[in-house]
Amino acid sequence: MIMFLSCIILYLIGLYAIVTKRNLIKIVIGFALIEYAINLLFALIGFRSNMLAPIITKVDMPHRFVDPIPQALVLTTIVIALGTTALMLSVALRIYNRYKTFDIAKIRKLKG
Amino acid sequence: MIELYLFLIFMTVAAFVATEIKDLLAAVISLGAVGFSVAIMFILVQAPDLAIVQIVVEVVTIIIFVAVIFRTTHVDETIGKKLTGTHILSIVFFSFFALFFLVAVFRALQELPAFGNPTMKVASEYIRLGLPKAGGANLVADVILDFRALDTLGEATVLFTSVIGVAALMRSIGRKK
Amino acid sequence: MRGMSLIVKTITNIMIGFIFIYGIYIILHGHLTPGGGFAGGVILAGAFILRILAFGSNAGAEKKSEKRSSVFESLGGLMFIGIAIAGLIVAQIFFLNFLPKGTPLHLLSAGIIPLCNIAISIKVGAGLFSIFLALAAVKYVMED
Repeated sequence: MIMFLSCIILYLIGLYAIVTKRNLIKIVIGFALIEYAINLLFALIGFRSNMLAPIITKVDMPHRFVDPIPQALVLTTIVIALGTTALMLSVALRIYNRYKTFDIAKIRKLKG
Repeated sequence: MIELYLFLIFMTVAAFVATEIKDLLAAVISLGAVGFSVAIMFILVQAPDLAIVQIVVEVVTIIIFVAVIFRTTHVDETIGKKLTGTHILSIVFFSFFALFFLVAVFRALQELPAFGNPTMKVASEYIRLGLPKAGGANLVADVILDFRALDTLGEATVLFTSVIGVAALMRSIGRKK
Repeated sequence: MRGMSLIVKTITNIMIGFIFIYGIYIILHGHLTPGGGFAGGVILAGAFILRILAFGSNAGAEKKSEKRSSVFESLGGLMFIGIAIAGLIVAQIFFLNFLPKGTPLHLLSAGIIPLCNIAISIKVGAGLFSIFLALAAVKYVMED
């Protein structure tokens, strides 16, 4: 319970960066933090105490494994997160080339 | 499980540093600290597949961040300035939202099974049928490439789209001077 | 992009082969041990990125390798969809595991899963490498 709540606190720190920061790189960092928090929450939900990783090493071993489904979901998400982060960073790089600043307030002023 | 709590405290501190520090390179390094702690926590919760992917992806993420910062600037000019009206308003709104969100999440988390004891209705079927039906000893590979392969196809599409987006944004041919 | 110092170049020369072998091991044993197409593909992309960072390269070569890596990414995606459509042709089920399963816990087992791992690793590795080249290596017009 406290474990899950700490993941939510990590999520809220990422959301804080997205909502209140005015630097584009800080906003991208906020998105990355949210991705970590959600991935970690999934992996923690699937954990069973005193169980093994979901890999069969002998044919007739007892099936005492942690939940493999959250791990499978998170495995694809991690790679997608890298792709979306790169996309956001390239948008930020283009904006910097146009306006010579990462400050979104100044970018709004320089419009037109 | 004391080490999990220690890592969670460390990650919270590092995440806060990453959002508040003035030097963007230091912020990216703090982000890397969070990411590698996530990788170690994946090992501690018995998810070695995730740990391998997380470590390698974290390295590539930091390389891309540092490359972008080297091409632009590494000082965050917005930190340490006087707060404007909209900034204060956004902080106030965020704190109200965070309060409501925490209360709602607290009530939702009570419905979840306790930590270390999940309900494994679907997963027990996958574990039982993994070796006979799909044939792979790694049950995570069975799930992502046999039972739920369509999800993986969708993931590949998203990755392809993001690669196309980056290539289109960064192109130099055909751009108006 | 400029290269790095002599120490970095020497260590890279020693290590890069091991990194490639580790990545290929992770891909091929994806159905038996931790790892698989995603992890192995990112490791291979990391080896290429290490080579570019350590030795540097000129703009022409980078442009050429960006084109080639996007071709490889498309090939990986086509291979993945091809495996899926093969199942559709064999028994009218998309993504059917139609190959024989083999003996459990051996390298040649699990039907289409190793082939899917190889396809995904090509796709992910080439995609991430072309993202790196586009964002970090290739010179582009700085003035808009």
